[in-house]
Amino acid sequence: MAAPRLLARPVTEAEVVLRATGIRKAFGGVHALDGVDFSLRRGEVHGLVGQNGAGKSTLVKILNGVHQPDEGDLALTDRPLALATPSDARRAGIAMVFQEFSLIPTLSVAQNVHLAHEPRQGRLFIDDVRAEAETREILGRLGVAIDPRATVASLPVGSQQLVEIAKAVSKSPSILILDEPTASLSQAEIDILFGVLANLRSSGVSLIYISHHLQEVLTVCDTITVLRDGHVQLSGPASDLDLEGLVSAITGAKRGEQVAGGLVGRPAIDRTATAALEVHDWSLGSRLRDVDLAVYPGEVLGIAGLLGSGRSSLLRSMVGLEHAVTGTLRISGREIALHMPTDALRAGVTFVPEDRRRQGMVAGQSVQANLLLSVWDRLTHHFLIQEPRARQQGGDLIARLDIKTAGQRQLIEHLSGGNQQKVVVGRSLARGPDVLLLDDPTAGIDIGSRRDLLGHVRRFADDGGAVIIVSSELDDLYRIADRVVILVKGTVGRELELSRGDLLTEAAILSAIHTSESVAA
Amino acid sequence: MHSPGDARPASLSDRARRWFAAVRPDNLIVYLGFLAVVVFFAVVLQDRGFLTADNFANIARQTAMVSIMAFGMTFVLSAGEIDLSIGSIVALSAMVVAILLRETNLIIAVLGALAVGLVIGLVNGLLTTRLRIPSFLVTLGMLSIVVGLARITTDLEPVPVVDETFAFLFGSGSIGPVPILLVWTAAFLVGFHILLRRTPFGRQVLATGGNKIAAGYSGINTDRIKIAVLMMSAGTAAVAGMLYAGRLQGARYTLGEADLLTVIAATVIGGTSMFGGKGSIVGALFGSLLMGVLNNGLLLMGLTVSEQLVARGVIIIAAVALSLREARA
Repeated sequence: MAAPRLLARPVTEAEVVLRATGIRKAFGGVHALDGVDFSLRRGEVHGLVGQNGAGKSTLVKILNGVHQPDEGDLALTDRPLALATPSDARRAGIAMVFQEFSLIPTLSVAQNVHLAHEPRQGRLFIDDVRAEAETREILGRLGVAIDPRATVASLPVGSQQLVEIAKAVSKSPSILILDEPTASLSQAEIDILFGVLANLRSSGVSLIYISHHLQEVLTVCDTITVLRDGHVQLSGPASDLDLEGLVSAITGAKRGEQVAGGLVGRPAIDRTATAALEVHDWSLGSRLRDVDLAVYPGEVLGIAGLLGSGRSSLLRSMVGLEHAVTGTLRISGREIALHMPTDALRAGVTFVPEDRRRQGMVAGQSVQANLLLSVWDRLTHHFLIQEPRARQQGGDLIARLDIKTAGQRQLIEHLSGGNQQKVVVGRSLARGPDVLLLDDPTAGIDIGSRRDLLGHVRRFADDGGAVIIVSSELDDLYRIADRVVILVKGTVGRELELSRGDLLTEAAILSAIHTSESVAA
Repeated sequence: MHSPGDARPASLSDRARRWFAAVRPDNLIVYLGFLAVVVFFAVVLQDRGFLTADNFANIARQTAMVSIMAFGMTFVLSAGEIDLSIGSIVALSAMVVAILLRETNLIIAVLGALAVGLVIGLVNGLLTTRLRIPSFLVTLGMLSIVVGLARITTDLEPVPVVDETFAFLFGSGSIGPVPILLVWTAAFLVGFHILLRRTPFGRQVLATGGNKIAAGYSGINTDRIKIAVLMMSAGTAAVAGMLYAGRLQGARYTLGEADLLTVIAATVIGGTSMFGGKGSIVGALFGSLLMGVLNNGLLLMGLTVSEQLVARGVIIIAAVALSLREARA
């Protein structure tokens, strides 16, 4: 399954300003980066792409001094470079625009832009007037109309992203790293951003550009490096690449190859039956717009889309976790207004949230307590929990999902990540739901548990349940989905269906995402 | 590093705006509340000497210690931490200064008491940052330790302060018509306000409390900031302890006992966020004055101490609820 590897050759004759050689970095025994070489030339836009977990974020955090490599060397115009902290990186002229916003919401735009390098009045005092004037000047140069005095929390997310960029630019960096800069921007703002990047580039700034939007990367970048599983898969001029080649380098699948292991020859889902769950004209602010979607008994419906496409909001809105929704929602044909997850639960819809640690498991409690969290009311007699019945039901779930635990009394945090997630899924199944909604259920769990878990989900559907699964691991969808719907900026894009002969391979889904994206743009 | 930009000279409107921004607290409720309480007592207590210069000077004197500690607390809360040990530091600092005055001289006594406060703050800060124990728990434990130490110093005996100079400087003196406690309050008000609003340090405190991770990524040493603010609040508590000792001309281990709640309430009512990132020194002053007027008014109304406690608690909860509500809006 070796991907086509392009011969490395100079993009331009410009000198290399930043060179990383043989970078290795492991977190808890897992190699995030396994011998990565990377070089950045003066005045180029260098695209960095790869799937989640491929090592992109780790690499740029090393270049920004947030993480230190276990092995390997950095050099700045051929002088060795040691970065112990983000301040070191800043002094070396490397600035970063973070994906998770690095702004202080309670401070003003100008205060954020100059944070930790405020202009002084005398030696001691901050000159706020000058800070505001300079911020206005920088924002003007970027071509954006934002009031430097406005509090960051009061700005829309798109403007916050531009402030973030202004903050990085204010340090006059020679190297600027952008991590998914367009994820929260509107098309107009994206155009502004591209103009800014072109200006920076022609003034000799080197840019590292991380994005999942491959079409965008091909348009904007001079050079592209693809990371996969902590290795450099490909590195070369963007002009030598096309979308298909990029997709195959990212996923490791050969061009046009169909990988075995997915679902084949499954009977078509009965669409004349009443939908288990359906939404119509379903909208949520700017995150979801007029979504029409239905899932039927026996079906696993996959939702794919880029970060910010609204996939998590969609699931959350379907269980009453989002309040500003409009449109109709029917569960087994009955129209229902959901105010909170309890309403969905009563109607037979359960939800496995995205963030296991924060939203899923109750740390400090036993496996049993976690499994039975939503069914205690069914295990009581005269308001008292019947311990034998609890033990029995807990045991049933542990056996059913094949959870590896020393016992029901074991604390959940002592389980492996995969088994913790099985407990969370087991809790959802405990109430005997009709519809199971899963938000990225295999994130951060090992391959064995992942297969197990997906098997249980598939079996749930085969027994007549309906499943909607969001996953950034497209391979998950390939393994269990009957149908995949692409979400693009809150609307339904292309739809791939197994029984209509569509391929649901990772590469097929990825290219469907990107064609839908370019149609929407 | 940065380009000079079109940094024009500060115009008149810029100056006016900056001055206004300096005075404006982050929410208005503290001013309205202050006004409402004063008007209420002025009407209800017409004939009982509430609205007299003497009474207001009295309120200002009684409020000074709480105000000064509220300024310190503003920094701690703004940085996203809390300090519950201040009341106990008041007691220990007062005991230490009184004992040292008896045994040595004024300068050693003052520096000694201040050092006691700063060291406790440093320990609070180191435990919070090095061991990653929340400051809530660290300072709760410290509260108990320090109260114990204050009781041990003289085995519960009060210590009189006979040093005239000390009593003058730290409490009972006045400069012309201005009570010295007011001078202390004003000095801390101006110094801490400028520190919070106009210096990089203040900005870093707000950044640390607003988003610790982002502040760290921006090159701010958030651990050092946390240690600094905890030392500031402990330091203000030590000063408050000395002011109590000077004003009462003696020290007891019970001094400052009841101040913690008042200080936190004053700070929060003044517009400082319990969750960090937002703070106002001027607001804290008015928060403390509100508390002071309340105590004074309730006393003049003839409520018993027990009734005052109940009334004060109710009003504090109402005021904090209102200011949080406004902060969210």
